[in-house]
Amino acid sequence: MESPTTQNEVQFSEAAMAEIRRYISHYPAERKKSAILPVLHIAQAEFGGWVSPQVQEKVAEILDIQPIEVFEVASFYTMFNLKPVGKHVLEVCRTGPCMLRGADGLIEHLENRLGCHVGKTSPDGLFTLKTVECLAACGMGPMLQIREKYYENLDPQKMDQLLNDLSKA
Amino acid sequence: MGLKILTEHINVPGIDTLETYRKLGGYRSVEKALKTMTPDEVVEEVKKSGLRGRGGAGFPTGLKWSFLAKPEGKPRYLVCNADESEPGTFKDRVLMEKIPHALIEGMITSSYALGARTSYIYIRGELMFVLRILEKAIAECYAAGLLGENILGSGYSLDLHVHPGGGAYICGEETALLESLEGKRGNPRNKPPFPAVWGLYGCPTVVNNVESIATVPWIVNNTGEEYAKIGVGRSTGTKLISAGGHINNPGVYEIELGLPVEEFLFSDEYCGGIWKGRKFKAIVAGGSSVPILPGELFLKTAEGTPRLMTYESLSEGGFVSGTMLGSGGFIVMDDTTCIVRNTWNFSRFYHHESCGQCSPCREGTGWMEKILHRLEHGHGHMHDIDLLVNVSKQIEGNTICPLGDAAAWPVASAVRHFRDEFEWHVKHPEKATAAGAVYSGAEDLAFA
Amino acid sequence: MAKITFDGIEVEVEDGTSILNAARKIGGKIVPPAMCYYKPLAGSGGKCRVCLVKVTQGSAKDPRPMPKLVASCVTPVQDGMVVENTLSPQVLEARKGVVEMLLINHPLDCPVCDQAGECDLQNLSYEHGTSGTRYEEERRTFDKVDIGPLIQLHMTRCILCYRCVYTADQITDKRVHGILGRGDAAEIGTYIENVIDNDFSGNVIDVCPVGALTDKTFRFKNRVWFTKPVDAHRDCPKCSGKVVLWNRGSDVLRVTARKNEYGEVVEFICNECRFDKKEVSDWIIDGPRHIARASVISANHYELPVVNPQIIADLPESTTKELNLLPRPF
Repeated sequence: MESPTTQNEVQFSEAAMAEIRRYISHYPAERKKSAILPVLHIAQAEFGGWVSPQVQEKVAEILDIQPIEVFEVASFYTMFNLKPVGKHVLEVCRTGPCMLRGADGLIEHLENRLGCHVGKTSPDGLFTLKTVECLAACGMGPMLQIREKYYENLDPQKMDQLLNDLSKA
Repeated sequence: MGLKILTEHINVPGIDTLETYRKLGGYRSVEKALKTMTPDEVVEEVKKSGLRGRGGAGFPTGLKWSFLAKPEGKPRYLVCNADESEPGTFKDRVLMEKIPHALIEGMITSSYALGARTSYIYIRGELMFVLRILEKAIAECYAAGLLGENILGSGYSLDLHVHPGGGAYICGEETALLESLEGKRGNPRNKPPFPAVWGLYGCPTVVNNVESIATVPWIVNNTGEEYAKIGVGRSTGTKLISAGGHINNPGVYEIELGLPVEEFLFSDEYCGGIWKGRKFKAIVAGGSSVPILPGELFLKTAEGTPRLMTYESLSEGGFVSGTMLGSGGFIVMDDTTCIVRNTWNFSRFYHHESCGQCSPCREGTGWMEKILHRLEHGHGHMHDIDLLVNVSKQIEGNTICPLGDAAAWPVASAVRHFRDEFEWHVKHPEKATAAGAVYSGAEDLAFA
Repeated sequence: MAKITFDGIEVEVEDGTSILNAARKIGGKIVPPAMCYYKPLAGSGGKCRVCLVKVTQGSAKDPRPMPKLVASCVTPVQDGMVVENTLSPQVLEARKGVVEMLLINHPLDCPVCDQAGECDLQNLSYEHGTSGTRYEEERRTFDKVDIGPLIQLHMTRCILCYRCVYTADQITDKRVHGILGRGDAAEIGTYIENVIDNDFSGNVIDVCPVGALTDKTFRFKNRVWFTKPVDAHRDCPKCSGKVVLWNRGSDVLRVTARKNEYGEVVEFICNECRFDKKEVSDWIIDGPRHIARASVISANHYELPVVNPQIIADLPESTTKELNLLPRPF
């Protein structure tokens, strides 16, 4: 298993642990498992944009559940990356309303520009290109999401500008 | 300009802060309900208002509330469905992003009405930036005594939490949402029992859409009777419409139900007509799940009556010549749009989002997508078109949750209204696959 | 108590009983098939949709029909309910549609599948399916997953009934496998390589309605219709020790739990009984096993009565003669 960590090394920062405890406090004490999605989000942000099996096992330990329960959940929801990703994950909406306003062209442009297909990471390791389904930005398409931020009303020129800015950052 | 119940102050600077929101009359409904009304009186007002669930199904909110079981010794929950994922719909996101307190005020007043002591807002995980806005607003409320113990000295206490999803359209289905909130895979539950009896953690639960909940404060402030005066017939009040696709002014508009659709689509106050001076070809009027309609059947019913923006008017003609208001997500298509490609795209969406729990949906959505993929890419056969409709019928009505229907309707309606375009794809694969080529009418078929 | 009418037959059952179990109380041909529902497993059911029925009258109090077909296994009866199964062309048509859905991605590798002959999907498609296929697309495949030396997982055959998941949750002390992924990419797996191993793990084989989970110790050893099922028991410290031995001559080829006429395990057995006790001397034989379900086993030559003798063209004359002497169940 290619993983940057081994099981023993998965250690959340104190800030992340505080956030995890805050979420767990939102649910009845015997319903800790309720916090699984927020905790997976925190874990993904904490450990390089993806959740390795070891990270998922750690989440299970924190929530007092079996690892398989975390695997089942993490693999159901599309926001969790189960394989390593590039520095920036570009999640481009491909659903109807965005398609009508040019998402297909934007995706093609990104594939050419990044030199990788959808689902892959650019050779320089900077960008992982993902297509996603409707992100509730149908009036502002085409659009994409990078981490918590939406970039809307995009065209190839704006896209290039954004990629340049991200490459420098 | 029509009446704005939800969005009147949407462009006021600082409306996302408690201070500004309260200065403009915010949280009056909390004062009024908690201090001068019993919970049942609040429920009664919502019943009188005729408010119908704004998530898409249009079920009367007050009636849903009155079904809530109230057994001794069990907590009751209000869960706000902010998992807005229906393609074409982005109204809840805009409302929460701009005026988070509108939802929070609604949550407090509604929780009081239902006797909930802990309530949740389940927001789709992609909208993490909106979650942060809501959490900030909630913190302001706790600090101001609008949440927590003994709200405004009324004796009523409420905790409100925001819960992020993880990327799954199916969690917009209320029982899948509850499963997800319990930390499980978003598999819809078999019903009965309904959430009103067996909801979150096996307790009685009401799940309401963001817009529905955000409307409650106005109803409490102005009475249900006043709300019922807005709109037409059983379509009372105002509705947020998300307008997208090939129009000049995409965006979220609050309309009074009963507005003529033609005015909504073509006036500059709203959509501003079709972009680039093109013609109006088709529309999906209620989010991607509802049947697609050709432009002329959308503007006027088969009998020639101009349609209005109401639940009833849009569904006139049933599935033969009508559609549904649904969640109010307008996806407008100009005359360069390929219906087959669009149908394939929607089909791919439902295939991608099927939870996989029940067999007709798990297998059928993928099957439809594959057939449509072949048709769109010039590998279809004539018999595929009927097969497509037949497969959609095998899914429709036979699944655990409405996702099966939502996947079936767009396909069946596209073939019903645009069959010639599907046939053109079979007869002219070379044209169908050429870049930018679009079927443009009967003369194209004449080549056959 | 609630009285309902199922396919024109009245039956009285306890409140809260599912429509399916009410139908089972009547028994016979009118009982809807079930591929995911499994009475011994709490929470099972509602998923496969083959048990869909039409409720033409909701209850005595509210006689309106239900708008959609309902899954009879998870829908509770109401007093005065009227239900149609075999009488409703709509139900039969919908069931045919569901069977087609279950089969489009199924590999149909029955000739090399150990489940063949006792497979619920075979029986279901024989009774409710069509002979041809309208599916022209490529069938779904999965990467092979090894879940240990005792149980063989063939994901391509799985119909995602979730029974094995419930079994692991409810019968074993720790579940290491589950449903991973989503939609038609969902699969049974352990995610990280893991062996399904605890005293009762073998029960997932018995609950599996298809050949997705089979007994590795029986793999390719024989066809079930060549083996002779006998009831046997032993004094087992872990389980009831009541099993069925599947013998060929004097060899015990396979050990399974005993199942009722609906293929449901009566008492779950431990792995020692299932996998380790493969000598006749390990067991006390109770007598021949009666397999009540429609399958080639019930139509074999070892045991009578045969429910459908007419489907087997070349029964020996002696058997036919014996059969004719027996009272017919239907």
